[in-house]
Amino acid sequence: MKNITLIISLIFSLTAFSQTAEEIIKKVDKNLTADNMVMASSMTIHGKRNSRTLTSIAYTVGDEKAFQEYLSPARDKGTKMLKLEDKLWIYSPSTDRTIQIAGHMLRQSMMGSDMSYEDMMEDRELHEMYTSEILAKEGMNGREVYVIELKAIVDDVAYHSQKLWVDCERFVPLQQDQFAKSGQLLKRVSFSDVRRVDDRWYPFSIVYKDMLKQGDGTEMNITSIKFDQEIKEYMFTKAALKQ
Amino acid sequence: MLALKLAIRNLISAGLKTWLNVFVLSLSFVLLVFYNGMIDGWDRQAEVDTKAWEVAEGQYWVPGYDRYNPFTLQDAHQELTAEVQQMIATKQLLPILMREASAYPEGRQQSAVLKGMDVSQTMLKLPLNDLQNVADPASAVIVGRRMAETLDVEVGESFLIRWRDVNGAFDARMFMVVSTFDCDVASIDAGQIYLDIEVLREMCLMSDEASILVTDLEEAPELAGWDFKNNDFLLSDMKALIKSKRTGGYFMTFMILLIALLAIFDTQVFSVFRRQKEIGTYIALGMTRRRVVSIFTIEGATNSVLAGLLAAVYSTPLFIYLSKNGIAFGAMADGTGLTIGEAIYPYYSMGLIMTAVLLIVVSATIVSYLPSRKIAKINPTEAIRGKVS
Repeated sequence: MKNITLIISLIFSLTAFSQTAEEIIKKVDKNLTADNMVMASSMTIHGKRNSRTLTSIAYTVGDEKAFQEYLSPARDKGTKMLKLEDKLWIYSPSTDRTIQIAGHMLRQSMMGSDMSYEDMMEDRELHEMYTSEILAKEGMNGREVYVIELKAIVDDVAYHSQKLWVDCERFVPLQQDQFAKSGQLLKRVSFSDVRRVDDRWYPFSIVYKDMLKQGDGTEMNITSIKFDQEIKEYMFTKAALKQ
Repeated sequence: MLALKLAIRNLISAGLKTWLNVFVLSLSFVLLVFYNGMIDGWDRQAEVDTKAWEVAEGQYWVPGYDRYNPFTLQDAHQELTAEVQQMIATKQLLPILMREASAYPEGRQQSAVLKGMDVSQTMLKLPLNDLQNVADPASAVIVGRRMAETLDVEVGESFLIRWRDVNGAFDARMFMVVSTFDCDVASIDAGQIYLDIEVLREMCLMSDEASILVTDLEEAPELAGWDFKNNDFLLSDMKALIKSKRTGGYFMTFMILLIALLAIFDTQVFSVFRRQKEIGTYIALGMTRRRVVSIFTIEGATNSVLAGLLAAVYSTPLFIYLSKNGIAFGAMADGTGLTIGEAIYPYYSMGLIMTAVLLIVVSATIVSYLPSRKIAKINPTEAIRGKVS
């Protein structure tokens, strides 16, 4: 009887993990990255005493060019960011100055959120940076998910290991835990409100939480997203920051 | 001599008016010596403490490092050459590795600089030897009193530190405070966490690397690949700040001195007007106008001599007490971020006292002379009749 149970479990496991972890991660990368996209979103930063919400529109081409403009609140309206490969510039309308964010400044919090500029700049796909292994298949938020462990295969990566809970059907992560080399959990990213956009699934609500800090983290809600749009080349120039 | 005798006699006969002038002038004298003595004491104390705790006789920096720009810390590290290693072995150099980090005491994020130093060092007064003989040296740190207050941690308590290795990968773990230290040099305390340099090198994958080298050699040699910063440079900002405080003090002293000198000037103007008959009589009896002017000038200047004597009477015990017990600044000193002790011990040099005496005597003599010049134009006949306007 014991042997039969063992064989059934083995067969079930083989069926469940019929896709390799790498294939799953590549599908996740395919869902989350695009040749180009235009995305309008709101970002709510929960502070100790109050929360503030910023709205923005972002234009992205491949993994090397990105332009983002903040639309509200009034204090941040007109602030623009331009990313070209590994360089980032920020234009502030109040000072009418463009500054380049480089070196250690990239590790600072972006607009006071739980994300750093570097987090925003990270453009490599997961399968390029990590090896993956399926640890389990379980339920999360009413969905069946693969629990996948990622371990860094390159040195210049911020998080030595990650754990992903990937929707078995849609191949969108529902949760992403990012760890230090010591195994200390540093950040948790929660994805929800997964919607079908063209031929892909995309999470419309993302919560970033620095697990070492108190607070409710930073919530990003996508209000609209369009893929494969025609984006004018001049948008990705420093001159466009001042317009 | 006659002029001096007359001057003193006239001053004493003027009674309360003289003593009021003398008292106000003595106040400016005391204030001048007190304030500059305090600044000199602060200057000496800050220099001695900064050398003892932070800079010794100078530092070698990795090219590109700027102590006022934390963004330069990321790249401020390089491997030590054989020559440098040799000097470290003979205790001529003390290597310090610095890395940016974040401390998380009870869920609060606090920026910090991790400073790795040799735990057996004796060049600086930092008590790194407290990191020896602990149960887990890899997780032991020491912090200054200010940093302990900022982090709200006590000896024996632990908190989480997050840092990045040389490749930028995050790492984090708990560290325990094994001791705290108290020093006047705020720049080595606020925002700094000290640990064994070998532990930090391992944490950051920076074997045999350092960010700065401290030396106690009075004649520091050139080291290839390192920028030497002598104490003229390292202490220059502190000196400039103290100088600015001294300038601020000059203004206050000048105002009080001005009040005292105005009082002397007024008294002199009044004396020349009120004592016309006396002036006329002096000239009529054969005294030259110049001599009469000098009597009045000496009279005014004697105010400053009396002020000096009066100041010496009441300020000497005060100055002796302050130089022994110091002037306590307490918690106020901490908030400034300056190298300033909880108590400043004023330093009264002979040069300072002589400068103050000279300044007050000369300025009192000048303001005494200016109104007295009118005497040179007085007609003695009209003066005796009291008709000089």
